[in-house]
Amino acid sequence: MSKPRVKIPSSAAAGEIITIKTLITHKMESGQRKDKQGKPIPRMIINSFECTFNGQRVFSCDLEPAISANPYLQFNARVPESGEFEFVWKDDEGSVFSDKKKITVA
Amino acid sequence: MTVLNKREFLIVATGAAAVALAGMPTIALGAEKADKRIAEFLGGATPSEGGLSLEMPEIAENGNTVPLTVRVDGEATADRYAESVLILADGNPEPGVATFHFSALSGTQEASTRMRLAKTQNVIAVAKMNDGSFMRTDNLVKVTIGGCGG
Repeated sequence: MSKPRVKIPSSAAAGEIITIKTLITHKMESGQRKDKQGKPIPRMIINSFECTFNGQRVFSCDLEPAISANPYLQFNARVPESGEFEFVWKDDEGSVFSDKKKITVA
Repeated sequence: MTVLNKREFLIVATGAAAVALAGMPTIALGAEKADKRIAEFLGGATPSEGGLSLEMPEIAENGNTVPLTVRVDGEATADRYAESVLILADGNPEPGVATFHFSALSGTQEASTRMRLAKTQNVIAVAKMNDGSFMRTDNLVKVTIGGCGG
C-alpha cells in the first residue's frame, strides 16, 4: 500500500529553520487515462497533506491530479523546541497515511 | 497507434507508473479554465508582481515529472505569512496542480514538488497573504516529451 518516507534532521538549535523532505508511494491516477477498451480510468489520488509540530500546523498542501505519481513534497519548518512532527496524507477514498518524527532541540 | 506506442515506450523507459494524458482540449480552453480559477481565488483583488517566484526547468525532459519550487519572499511570522499559494498549469486538461498553505511556523516560505505537464505551457502561481494581499508569477515551461509532445 502507500508507504510514506520522511527525511528530517534529528536535532536542531532553538529557532532554527530545517528542511523536511517527504515522499509517499501512490499511483496518483489522474482520471485522464483510458483503459484498453477506451473507458476512462477513475481518478484516485492523494489529495491532501499536512505537517504539524506538537499539534500546531506547520505546512499543508492540497494536491490535484497534476501532481506526479509518488508525490514528493519538500518544505521548511522553524523548530522552537524539542517535540514531534506528524505527517498525514489523505486520498480520494478517505484512506489516511501517516508518519511521526521526533526532533531534539539542544 | 504511433502515439500509443510512444507512450508505452516511455512507460518502460522511465520504469515508473507513467500517466499519459489523453483527450487534450485546445490551448484556449486550458487558459480559460486557469483564468477562471485565478479569478475565483483573487475574489476581485489585483495581484502584484514581485515577492513570489516559481523555479522550474526551462525545458522539461519528461512531462510526467517536472520539478517545481515556489518561493514567497521573506520569512514567515505570525504577522505575515502566505496563507495559500495556488499553482495552475494552463495547458493541462485540468489547470489545478496544488495549493500550498504556509504558517507562522514555516520559517522560509518555499515548497517543492514534482508535477505533470501535458505539453509546453505556462505554470502560474498566485499567493494569498494573511493580510489579504495577492502576488502572481508566471513561468513558461517547454516540454519535450509530454502527453501531446512539445
